[in-house]
Amino acid sequence: MPYVMLLIINAVFVNNFVLSRFLGICPFLGVSRKTDTALGMGFAVIFVMGVASVITYALNLALVAAGIEYLRTIAFILVIACLIQLVEIFVKKFSPSLYSALGVYLPLITTNCAVLGVAIMNVTELATTNVLYSFINGVASGVGFTIAILILAGIREKMEVADIPERFKGFPITLTAASLIAMAFAAFSGLTF
Amino acid sequence: MKRNIRDTFEPLTSGVIKNNATFRLVLGTCPTLAVTTAALNGLYMGLATTFVLVCSNAIISLLRKIIPRKVRIPAYILVIATFSTIVEMVMRKFLPDLYEVMGLFIALIVVNCILLARAESFSSLNPLLPSVMDGLGIGLGFTMSLTLLGLVREFFGAGSFFGLTVGFMQNLKMTVFILPAGGFMVYGLMMVLYNLVVGELEKKIEAYKNRKYIALTNPLLAEQEEAEQARRRGLFGGNK
Repeated sequence: MPYVMLLIINAVFVNNFVLSRFLGICPFLGVSRKTDTALGMGFAVIFVMGVASVITYALNLALVAAGIEYLRTIAFILVIACLIQLVEIFVKKFSPSLYSALGVYLPLITTNCAVLGVAIMNVTELATTNVLYSFINGVASGVGFTIAILILAGIREKMEVADIPERFKGFPITLTAASLIAMAFAAFSGLTF
Repeated sequence: MKRNIRDTFEPLTSGVIKNNATFRLVLGTCPTLAVTTAALNGLYMGLATTFVLVCSNAIISLLRKIIPRKVRIPAYILVIATFSTIVEMVMRKFLPDLYEVMGLFIALIVVNCILLARAESFSSLNPLLPSVMDGLGIGLGFTMSLTLLGLVREFFGAGSFFGLTVGFMQNLKMTVFILPAGGFMVYGLMMVLYNLVVGELEKKIEAYKNRKYIALTNPLLAEQEEAEQARRRGLFGGNK
């Protein structure tokens, strides 16, 4: 149990996917204009990451058994692409408003490096032999992503009405805000167990 | 024929500055921020991405009439994944130290949005040669900006220049620059700088083209404009 707690805190705060590992920056910058879209994106990512962690865990076992680990990247990305297609169909059916709000970014979760990143990290860095840990790591990483994108979206909503220098408008000011959030999150790296 | 040559090489030049992947299109931000803790890392990452981009652009443009619209994304991803796996294997064999440093991000070239974006918006619509040129241009622009970002972050964060220690920076180095927070900050500020410089340049070029156009189509108007400018110059000169 302590290990699970450690895993969760590590994935959500200490090694936050966006703010300390630099994974999934594209949706982090792209979909963080409104808090509700950010939340929808966050949940989609949590779901995809959780399921992808389990599936890729099994897939990795198969790849290792067959002795073709070098095909890992290709195999993983294909599975993730299929999974996202599934999520897209699901969201389109059950929440059309969320679907139109997420727009192009939903299929782009395919190229969200965070999803492939967590799948690869599960088998390389974490190297767990327990599918449950893999799943928890995936979900916790997704939660970390959601927290980061929500904070940024909150700040950006406020910035809409702020008086920003011409050249800073758009991405530069967002990046600066992200930098300050990252500075705050850097404090978590002092957490040692 | 002349026009054809121009069309072929235009993507090469526009990819470097006008459509700069990092500062204008804002694509491939993850490796941009993650590997630019040192200039050399940025350079190698950029070159690896350029290789994958050129190859995948070429293949996708050759297959553009064969791949059905509906399954194009998985097809593109498969092509890209093949080349990024090649890069990964070559790097592990010949540049093991670098592979240690970048590790995950080499495998993650496959999900670099630049590749899919160029496949979708350029090489799936254009013939082979322009596609290769586009890959080369965008790739070189990406390499250039990664190296630049790495240069700044390395200089201020670690007090070195392409891995060489800079004496006077040793007491002044600020570790925050090679931390994630510094990455975001430098990226943001560089983007401001880019907007400033390129924005001004583009405005100048636009104005120059306009004047040339006016001169060609309406000599009378051009003459008036010139007179007006001369008058203004005189005014300003008089003020001084």
